[in-house]
Amino acid sequence: MSRDTAVQAEPAGAASEHGKFASDAGVQRPRDGGDERAGSGAASEGGAARASVDEQRRLYTEMLRIRRFEETAARAYTQGKISGFLHLYIGQEAIAVATADLMRPGDRVVTTYRDHGFAIALGCDSGACMAELFGKATGLVGGVGGSMHFFARDKGLWGGYAIVGSHVPVAAGHAFASKYNQDGAVTFCFLGEGAMHIGATAEGMNLAGLWKLPIVFVIENNLYAMGTPLRRQSPVDDLTTRAPGWALDHDRWVVDDVVATRNRLARIAERARNEERPALVELLTYRFRGHSMSDPGKYRTKEEVDAWRKTDPLARGEAELRGAGLSDADLESIDAAVVAEMDAAVAFADASPPPAPEHRFRHHLVEDDP
Amino acid sequence: MATLQIREALRHAIDEEMARDERVFVIGEEVGHYDGAYKVTEGLLAKYGERRVVDTPIAEAGFAGVGIGAAMAGLRPIVEFMTFNFSAVAFDQILNNAAKLRQLSNGQFTLPIVFRGPNAAAHMLSSTHSQAFESFYCGFPGVKVVSVATPADAKGLLKSAIRDDNPIIFFESEVMYSVKGEVPDGEHLIPIGKAEIKRPGSGVTVVTWGQGLAIALAAAELAQAEGLSCEVIDLRTLRPLDDDAVVASVRKTNRCVLVYHGWPYGGTGAEVSDRVMRLCFDDLDAPILRVCYEDLNMPYAENLEHLVIPSPARALEAIREVAYRQH
Repeated sequence: MSRDTAVQAEPAGAASEHGKFASDAGVQRPRDGGDERAGSGAASEGGAARASVDEQRRLYTEMLRIRRFEETAARAYTQGKISGFLHLYIGQEAIAVATADLMRPGDRVVTTYRDHGFAIALGCDSGACMAELFGKATGLVGGVGGSMHFFARDKGLWGGYAIVGSHVPVAAGHAFASKYNQDGAVTFCFLGEGAMHIGATAEGMNLAGLWKLPIVFVIENNLYAMGTPLRRQSPVDDLTTRAPGWALDHDRWVVDDVVATRNRLARIAERARNEERPALVELLTYRFRGHSMSDPGKYRTKEEVDAWRKTDPLARGEAELRGAGLSDADLESIDAAVVAEMDAAVAFADASPPPAPEHRFRHHLVEDDP
Repeated sequence: MATLQIREALRHAIDEEMARDERVFVIGEEVGHYDGAYKVTEGLLAKYGERRVVDTPIAEAGFAGVGIGAAMAGLRPIVEFMTFNFSAVAFDQILNNAAKLRQLSNGQFTLPIVFRGPNAAAHMLSSTHSQAFESFYCGFPGVKVVSVATPADAKGLLKSAIRDDNPIIFFESEVMYSVKGEVPDGEHLIPIGKAEIKRPGSGVTVVTWGQGLAIALAAAELAQAEGLSCEVIDLRTLRPLDDDAVVASVRKTNRCVLVYHGWPYGGTGAEVSDRVMRLCFDDLDAPILRVCYEDLNMPYAENLEHLVIPSPARALEAIREVAYRQH
């Protein structure tokens, strides 16, 4: 088994593989000395030790809301209520929830077309999100954007971008404006590992490092760019090895725990905010579904998917809540409320009207607005 | 009235708008310490400092994107392309971000941003450095496109562009930066979307813009010597097009020739031709003719370049043809 397949196939029980792999790749150890795995590193990083039961329950519920939203959307897609491309965030929820939880007022998230999770985590109404997928007037962006183009400025969601890497310089521009205006905001720019190989990404990251912008680039490395595994995308496995060339701080870990991920990311964000230290973070994660609804994911083995399920932060959250004394009934009650919310979201989307015909003329230029 | 070069008129526009609005800043290659590749931004770094006159590495996609992101956050960037030829590597930023983000966000974001720089052929730079980009940037909604040919228009339209809340593509020309002309004193603004009659006439309407203006005016002078009166209309804004100005002239002359730098296949010249045909078909006494680049990649050698680029002589031939004059 090559090192590449080792890291891709054995995320859960392979901490030593990660360590070996990382040191082989010449990775710099994180400044705070954390382990590569967020949840199982230094004892102080442990999620349970750093979060109250209420906090754990809240974060777990947020992750569950995203998962149930995505499962509900997938069902609606198979029922023909949603068309176009639908990229699900199932497996990666902890990243959006962790980020939303550490953000301060004015902070921004810029992300990819796999954007529903951030919208839900940042507080967008699930009904408006579902209605957008349904192409309805009540959708998050009025039915003109669809799944890949969610925007909710008032919630800090500065966009889901559907051209890979195209948003990286734009996010740097938001951070440029923050520095220009000294507004104290941090921009979080999320990208897939597949976006690490396109020019706009390199240009945006170079400018961010050159100008010491208040930005954190976060690679959500789910190991596949559509169907192309990392080992066929990149000559190195550790994508943060590129960070020193852009003078970006860097860190890298497996996302198996939402609290630890939040805490570790928060420290990086504060350095970007206060110390002119932009960063490149690589989060190892996994999407349990295909790239989009049309992708059965045949390029992955069942064993690999099962191995990653063992580190699913949602499952860990549930186990920790049980450990903290929550009963089956307690957990079922949480789930029932979330399922009811998503059912209501579908009902809302179903009942909503399509956009008015004249809405297609809106918002191309400012003069188009009434 | 002051007599200024186009580069000075542009500089005055930028300077005045930067002084007027702290959100306005300039970003691009060599705009600061080098004082501008074509000296349009000369002196601005000394006056406004590095916060507002931002030198970049060679990274068009990067700094175009930064401008877009800054505009979304409330700043008013002036992005300089050293030439629009280099904007090709930033095309995705303009096409998919600048032109679409307001619509995609359902009006949540406004993008007050100007992309400016020289466009079309200069002199003996061969094919990669001699391209006219109207056909690309006028080809999609969500932007306005301006092309200036006189110092007064350069200043008045750039000031309007900087104050406009939409993405603006602003075309200049390397070979025209030294062109001199009178510029009104004081606050001088020209509305975007308005053509101007640069030479009144009655026999043939000649529609032009950018570098085409000098060719059209020279051809009109030659035609006048043959007793043919031409009305030369400088579009100045290519998107949105001032249909009314063109149609009013063609209704008077019944003939129309287009003179411009750019390829013949599709593009702005074809668009104007289509509109004239649709909007005043019954007024036309001759087919609309276009005098533009030959449908070729621009060669370096001077004699070949001269053959590809439209000339007053070629424009005169077209003017004679639509007037059914034999020579």
